[in-house]
Amino acid sequence: MEFREKADICIIGAGHAGCEAALACARLGLQTVVFTVNIESIAMMPCNPHIGGSSKGHLVREIDALGGEMGKIIDKTFLQSKMLNKSKGPAVHSLRCQADKAEYSRFMRMVLESQENLTIKQTEVCELLLEDIPDCENRSKKITGVKILTGGIYECKAVILCTGTYLNARCLCGEAITYTGPNGLQSSIHLSEALEKADIRLRRFKTGTPARMDRRSIDFSKMEEQFGDERVIPFSFETDPEDVQIKQESCYLTYTNEETHNIIRANLDRSPLYAGVIEGTGPRYCPSIEDKVVKFSDKNRHQVFVEPEGRYTNEMYVDGMSSSLPEDVQLAMYRTVPGLENCKIVRNAYAIEYDCIDPGQLALTLEFKHIKGLFSAGQFNGSSGYEEAAAQGLMAGINAAREIQGKEQIVLDRSQAYIGVLIDDLVTKENTEPYRMMTSRAEYRLLLRQDNADLRLRKIGYEAGLISKEQYEYVCEKEKQIAEEIERLKKTVVGASKEVQEFLVSKGSAPLRTGTSLAEVLCRPEFTYKSIKEIDKNRPLLSDAVIEQVNISIKYEGYIERQIRQVEQFKKLEKRMIPEGICYEDIAGLRIEARQKLAKHKPVSIGQASRIQGVSPADISVLLVYIEQMKRQV
Amino acid sequence: MKTDTIAAIATAFSESGIGIIRISGDDAFQITDRIFLSKKDFDRWNKEEIKKDFQKDFFIESAKTYTLHYGFIVDEESVIDEVLISVMRAPKSYTAENVIEINCHGGILILQKIMELVIKNGVRVAEPGEFTKRAFLNGRMDLSEAEAVMDLIHSKNEFALQASIGQLKGSVSSVIKEIRSKIIYEIAFIESALDDPENYDTDGYDRKLSCVLEDICKKIRNLIDHADNGKILKEGIQTVILGKPNAGKSSFLNELLGEEKAIVTEIAGTTRDILEENIRIGEISLHIIDTAGIRKTEDRVEKIGVEKAREYAKKADLIIYIVDSSVDLDESDEEILNILRDKHFIVLLNKSDLDMSVSEKEITDKIDVIRKGCDIIKISALKHQGIDEFEKAVKRMFLKGEVSFNNEVIITSMRHKEALLEAEKSILMVGESIEAGMPEDFYSIDLMNAYAALGRIIGEEVGEDLINEIFEKFCMGK
Repeated sequence: MEFREKADICIIGAGHAGCEAALACARLGLQTVVFTVNIESIAMMPCNPHIGGSSKGHLVREIDALGGEMGKIIDKTFLQSKMLNKSKGPAVHSLRCQADKAEYSRFMRMVLESQENLTIKQTEVCELLLEDIPDCENRSKKITGVKILTGGIYECKAVILCTGTYLNARCLCGEAITYTGPNGLQSSIHLSEALEKADIRLRRFKTGTPARMDRRSIDFSKMEEQFGDERVIPFSFETDPEDVQIKQESCYLTYTNEETHNIIRANLDRSPLYAGVIEGTGPRYCPSIEDKVVKFSDKNRHQVFVEPEGRYTNEMYVDGMSSSLPEDVQLAMYRTVPGLENCKIVRNAYAIEYDCIDPGQLALTLEFKHIKGLFSAGQFNGSSGYEEAAAQGLMAGINAAREIQGKEQIVLDRSQAYIGVLIDDLVTKENTEPYRMMTSRAEYRLLLRQDNADLRLRKIGYEAGLISKEQYEYVCEKEKQIAEEIERLKKTVVGASKEVQEFLVSKGSAPLRTGTSLAEVLCRPEFTYKSIKEIDKNRPLLSDAVIEQVNISIKYEGYIERQIRQVEQFKKLEKRMIPEGICYEDIAGLRIEARQKLAKHKPVSIGQASRIQGVSPADISVLLVYIEQMKRQV
Repeated sequence: MKTDTIAAIATAFSESGIGIIRISGDDAFQITDRIFLSKKDFDRWNKEEIKKDFQKDFFIESAKTYTLHYGFIVDEESVIDEVLISVMRAPKSYTAENVIEINCHGGILILQKIMELVIKNGVRVAEPGEFTKRAFLNGRMDLSEAEAVMDLIHSKNEFALQASIGQLKGSVSSVIKEIRSKIIYEIAFIESALDDPENYDTDGYDRKLSCVLEDICKKIRNLIDHADNGKILKEGIQTVILGKPNAGKSSFLNELLGEEKAIVTEIAGTTRDILEENIRIGEISLHIIDTAGIRKTEDRVEKIGVEKAREYAKKADLIIYIVDSSVDLDESDEEILNILRDKHFIVLLNKSDLDMSVSEKEITDKIDVIRKGCDIIKISALKHQGIDEFEKAVKRMFLKGEVSFNNEVIITSMRHKEALLEAEKSILMVGESIEAGMPEDFYSIDLMNAYAALGRIIGEEVGEDLINEIFEKFCMGK
């Protein structure tokens, strides 16, 4: 008899995208199955040992505010934590943790295993089961289930593809090529063909990772020790800050030198990348050491961070020196670096090539435009990074669940969250390399801070059903306190009394000429909310989180208001929807290039249309007139 | 929801009659009030010693719809023009928004000045076809007109794009490119430092940036000043001088300019390159291109010159055909006559002081084949004869509307200036952020604005420029 099971949603892959997707679906009450080729690799971190970092830290905070898991797990499993860019503006402060990789994976697996409605299944999915939808112009097919390697079938209403770097994966270490997924794990070889059969366009990307070394073989005395922050700030809004004040592990900084570079240059012909063996496009933001040496030949050294992989392992990650050079060259090159002279490599550096999709085929909900019920997230969508993957997984999970439940889809826009920027960029723009989040990609970054992710997104998480009422009310109260305190500071006027003047002068600030509000005093660059306590006698008792918001809101008010006005303009265009089924070929006033691009991307709003490369402002004007014409004809 | 307020010149340029500037949008009335004084107010204003604190009695804002108001456009202390203002209140106007029409004297300079004044007071130069677009979107036009509206937007934009790039002098565009590449480099540095703070240090960067900005500001200011002198754009009626080698094209140009710019020798074929000059005849501005003589030639360099001349002639609004009346007409003249076929032109019989071997009758007969009743003027560049008649002919053609001057040219220069001012303002704001001790990430917001504004002038979008610059110039570590 045939093996046949029923579920609501199937998630293919249990990496960072798959885990968030699976948890969201199960928590929203749907029977969920998550497939993985190897159950030991749930939430594995096959590359760097960090969670967070510039702009990625923002994503983790947003995931947390919406009810995702990543922030909570890293708070329990980190080895070191740093708030980056503390000397810069609040918009670019970013939290980054060194993770204990094995612990992170173990904790996530535990959460998955204890989640109601969620089943984990170790197997390879090799086929998508689709059914034609009659009389539907835009979506010709819908998903009905998946077939696994043994021939068994899981019937379901939605599928989320989170295959990461496993699809048709190929690992390269010099001349040695293996057809495996990351870390020697079994790759997924059947699904690509099935996807192409379903008219899904695939392409090939590549990425790489450095070697891992035996801690005992490294001389740390030749390196600079790097410590974590004295006072650690947790990622999750729900973690008690006291719980994260742990004993932290150190990282170590060293540098490459001309000798290193000479060895690399002499062996470039043996690098698969430069010998032309690699076809996939690699990320420019995360260049291999070969790339750094070739492209930035004027630099006589590059930074190398040596970082622990975990508390219970001797393996150390050699950050900044990813490579696909052959084993012998790798060893020679690493051994030129101070402190690594006698290093022993546990795992070699390698490059990996994999199939992923052109995400232009997706709607902003992360559902395929032409297949109802098929969603995708993570590296499979052409992004890179654990955080980017988790963020997409969470959104795909929420939307797949809501579609089954007949609820309206949730799309975050570019003014609401980095997650909105991430997904809009993936879906709307032409990406030619694995996409990584950067703060410069967010045009409203003064508003999208990591410190206010809860204020921005808790409500949405609550309405989606992933945030409890209690947590939501907590944020509402916080919001109220912030507003009241800002109001109080603006209304409280301090006179030019002797006491006030003396205080100002003692702090190196100009004395007042007339009565001035506390808010105005706070605006002076030399002051913070806390430092003007002396002249603010009646301040209420407030939490640090509230104080931080008040301080930022007042100090940067002018800039923040400018961005709010820009957002209003932006929203105008986002709200102008483009009717489905519009035929761009018929619009004579559009330039040919614009017609083609619009037909390919099928934007949902005028705003999205305006961000497509090759669509000019004049095309947008023509489109507005055309849509108005359509509206009036009805 | 508020709509921004736009303006454009609604009439074709001509010397006589009136010119109309149309303003549409929520703030149309308030903005007009900032620059308009009714006759009564104006008389009082005139008597005031200190005009800065002048309180006016009459406001367009409180005027009834469909009324006409007589008064003056003033800019701080100076009077720009005597005008009539028509007021049309939303929704009963062309665009269904608040609309003002300033009826002023039709001269190019006046229209230009008033446009600049309204821009300074918060109006934006309308996009090509924007008034019509607003009229349609606001329901003031019939459904059947939709196609026409789309066509209009499309063609006007295509034209504006070409005009914008075509009118920009090559040197200006390279200055703008240079400024832009400096700006994007600085943004890329800041963003790299934010992205990889352990690798890129911003200590002391604010001082370094201040110096760079000072230089950029100077360059932008320089462009703005040039924009005022009309030196950025090839403004005016595109006029090409054609003729056989040594017909006296360069001497004629020198005569008009009053200076020896073009090289004049007696060797045929001296002007191998293209010379460009702006000259003004009254209110009319001619952008004159002096070309190499048209003749069959084997000289490679000269050949290129001849080809160029043909190209310029194709795009010209007006052609001045100079005939050397001391030698017989030949096949080169036939060639030129062919080029003239669909063009507006004036024929000048040069060297009329010498023995004429081409009679007026002979040339008239030839010309009549392609067009009757055109201007043929006898001149002598050497003896300074006939130049006045030439100027009169140009004025006549222009005023009769035979040669018109496309509004898009002036509008383009307005848009360029608007963009330059915006870029300057943004750069100054970065300076303010530095002064105020703001952290580096605040700088890049305004730097990006400046970069985008300058890009509009040369028709370049921002796209992925920043990301590309970051990865090209800065090596990301961790």
